[in-house]
Amino acid sequence: MPRPSIWLIRSALIHLALGFTLGGLMLWNKGMPIHPLLWRLLPTHMEFLLLGWTVQFAMGVAYWILPRFYTYRGNVRAVWLAFIFLNGGVWLAGPGATLGAPAWVILAGRLCEVDAAAAFAVNAWPRVKTLAPEASHLK
Amino acid sequence: MPLLTRLFIKSGLTYFIAALVTGLLLVARPLLALPPIVAGLSPVYFHLLMVGWVTQLILGVAHWMFPKYSREEPRGHLWLAWTTFVLLNTGLLLRVIAEPTRSVSSAPVWGWLLVLSALLQWLAGMAFVINLWPRVKER
Repeated sequence: MPRPSIWLIRSALIHLALGFTLGGLMLWNKGMPIHPLLWRLLPTHMEFLLLGWTVQFAMGVAYWILPRFYTYRGNVRAVWLAFIFLNGGVWLAGPGATLGAPAWVILAGRLCEVDAAAAFAVNAWPRVKTLAPEASHLK
Repeated sequence: MPLLTRLFIKSGLTYFIAALVTGLLLVARPLLALPPIVAGLSPVYFHLLMVGWVTQLILGVAHWMFPKYSREEPRGHLWLAWTTFVLLNTGLLLRVIAEPTRSVSSAPVWGWLLVLSALLQWLAGMAFVINLWPRVKER
């Protein structure tokens, strides 16, 4: 497994653990109330699990298993940028909303997430391809 | 494909269908005068889809395809993987029963079942992260 995939997948696992912890607290609070402020965790819970966990895990696995150019996995700098932008975006948009940050903070987070998607596409797009000509008989 | 992966994916497919049926009920409720319990299905719909289907599909495929943990235990600690499966599904099913019922019944048992559901799903998430983490590696 290449190094960017290791970082993406481990970061996804950390977000899964954090997201499940927040979700568990909110569900507990729904069953047996602990504190009304716990509901404010909802945007962070959603951001961590939808983007931090699911999307980031998919990106990590895709970078690992999409077709390669022999041993080369395409523009690796784009994947590192995607990793930085996605995690930055998740932490600005999720905890930002929970902590009542100004709207521009949430906006900046969402913008980072868009950049992450674009940077990831720069790497993945050319790797979504048919078999090499010499292996075309395997189609 | 290992037995546990098949169970994860087939359970996931079942939740996928159940989630979309739940979504259908939510939309049909005002049109068909369905019972009030259906109104409490909104979070259940979302979690059937994201935990029951998406997360469980990921868990099953990761258990199957990630780099081997060791020669003796290629898929990590099997007991932890089974614990993940059992706790996640028990927790999710408890939520499916308790959350909508709690919206129409004031009996405290439904609240406690939600607490139990929160605890089981959280433990499942932690067990999965602990078991998969050492398999996220270069070789």
